[in-house]
Amino acid sequence: MVAETAKLNIDGLKLSYGSKQVIHGITFDIQPNEIFGVIGPAQSGKTSMLKVINRTIDFTADAHVEGTVKMEGQNVFHVKDVYEYRRRIGMVAPLPVGLPLTIYDNVAFAPRSFGMKDKDQLDELVQRCLEQAALWDEVKDRLDTLGTMLSGGQQQRLTIARALSHQPEVLCLDEFSIAIDPVTTMKIEDVLKELRNEMTIILVTNLVQQARRLADRTMFLLNGDLIEVDETEKIFSGNAQETKTNEFVSGAFG
Amino acid sequence: MIEAANNAKKFTETTVGRNCRFTEKIAKSVFFLMTLTMVLPLLLIVGFLFYKAWPALSIDFVLELPKNGMRAGGIWPAFLGTLYLVLISLVIAAPIGVMAAIYLNEYAKENWFTRIINLAVINLAGVPSIVHALFGLGAFVLAAGLGRSVLAASLTLAVMTLPVIIASTKEALSAVPMSFRQASWNMGVSRWQTIRGIVMPNSISGILTGIILQVSRAAGETAPIMFTGVVFYKAIEKGDLLAYGLLDQCMALAMHLYTISTQVPNVPDAVPFATAVLLLGVVLLVNALSIGLRIYLRTHRKW
Repeated sequence: MVAETAKLNIDGLKLSYGSKQVIHGITFDIQPNEIFGVIGPAQSGKTSMLKVINRTIDFTADAHVEGTVKMEGQNVFHVKDVYEYRRRIGMVAPLPVGLPLTIYDNVAFAPRSFGMKDKDQLDELVQRCLEQAALWDEVKDRLDTLGTMLSGGQQQRLTIARALSHQPEVLCLDEFSIAIDPVTTMKIEDVLKELRNEMTIILVTNLVQQARRLADRTMFLLNGDLIEVDETEKIFSGNAQETKTNEFVSGAFG
Repeated sequence: MIEAANNAKKFTETTVGRNCRFTEKIAKSVFFLMTLTMVLPLLLIVGFLFYKAWPALSIDFVLELPKNGMRAGGIWPAFLGTLYLVLISLVIAAPIGVMAAIYLNEYAKENWFTRIINLAVINLAGVPSIVHALFGLGAFVLAAGLGRSVLAASLTLAVMTLPVIIASTKEALSAVPMSFRQASWNMGVSRWQTIRGIVMPNSISGILTGIILQVSRAAGETAPIMFTGVVFYKAIEKGDLLAYGLLDQCMALAMHLYTISTQVPNVPDAVPFATAVLLLGVVLLVNALSIGLRIYLRTHRKW
């Protein structure tokens, strides 16, 4: 049974903001250690879906969620400690957000807030996260400069390092490459290929070719409806089950 | 040939271009003049004050008690009274105001209740100080039984400054980009930790600036304190910093300035001016403290 081994089960997920429904009941699951690509044009509910998954949707006052999201079989809306739950999920936003702290503190901020005080332990963690995000070599001599002074591409990698700092099991990337150059994008893609050995990755992207390069399976969302989810090869083969999928990946619309 | 002529034309001055530059010059000069009209009177006033006050200004003037029916001596009781009133009202209003603003901006959901609170805050900020004075007289002096005292007057000042502190703090907090908070929440950091670690450090300058402005206002207001605790004359020990108890009556610079310039005949010219200089000095002193605190926070931040 697929459902038993799945990392995340999303079942009949509906989401509305006030009276406007943005996700109309989608069901899928994500396997451990896979890169799960999510494609679809703007307004398909991709970002909202991520917000539901890490439960930051709680902060949106008029949001209403139906259906279930389970992580390893446990309903995430019933977890006791929501902060502990969010730490199991890393989130990278579309635009790099360097917190106005030093590079070191950017990465150490989350671990510190969960009570990690030991300096050596923190040093080691910061170095590991920055290495994993392919940023260490560029910043190791200036960890005490402001994170906001880095270039856009470096800040995005800093964001990834930050998302890794709480040692997540699932890493969600929300259109991480829209604000950075192709070279950095390729660097980060290499990073993701490494990271998949350690965690599950949800890759929301509006570059369909990126999903093609990286994802094991790809899901196509359109206006809050799940059109199709299948092996990436199948989705991009031109022989996907749904004609809309074929049209979208071949660039006919979207 | 024609092309060359056209190109040459592009670089010759046109009427439109000339007008454009002309209006640009006018606009710039007008704005500059407006800036001058703000700075110049300030310099003139301060200069004039010091010039007039010079004969009376001395350390003794600050530390001595008024003598000869306010016509000579110093202004220590008033100076100390103002210091007390400002600091106590600040200690009361600043924490309450900042915490209320944090609640309203960071936690409160948008509903009829918070809308009413916000409306109340804005309206309270616009209430004239004499109305606050009457409120203070009724609530603190009479109802709470504090009598006319330092505490009652400070509380009245605190009530007067509170809504403005709330409004300016809220403004400073909402200037912190939402994306910072989201980035922090995404990492499983709690709301309070986000406020302490991200939101406060980035808004502390704005918050302090708002509070500083209210300090100046509290030091300069006469109306709210004249019914609630400030008296015409109060004899205390010369130069004694702890001369007033919380339930004592006190003197205050603003009130003192008012009485010696309107109620007492034959006051030497320099005395009111020197009092005004000191009032200005107290405001600058508290401002300097806040600026110092701001610099301290900026250089010693651990976040």
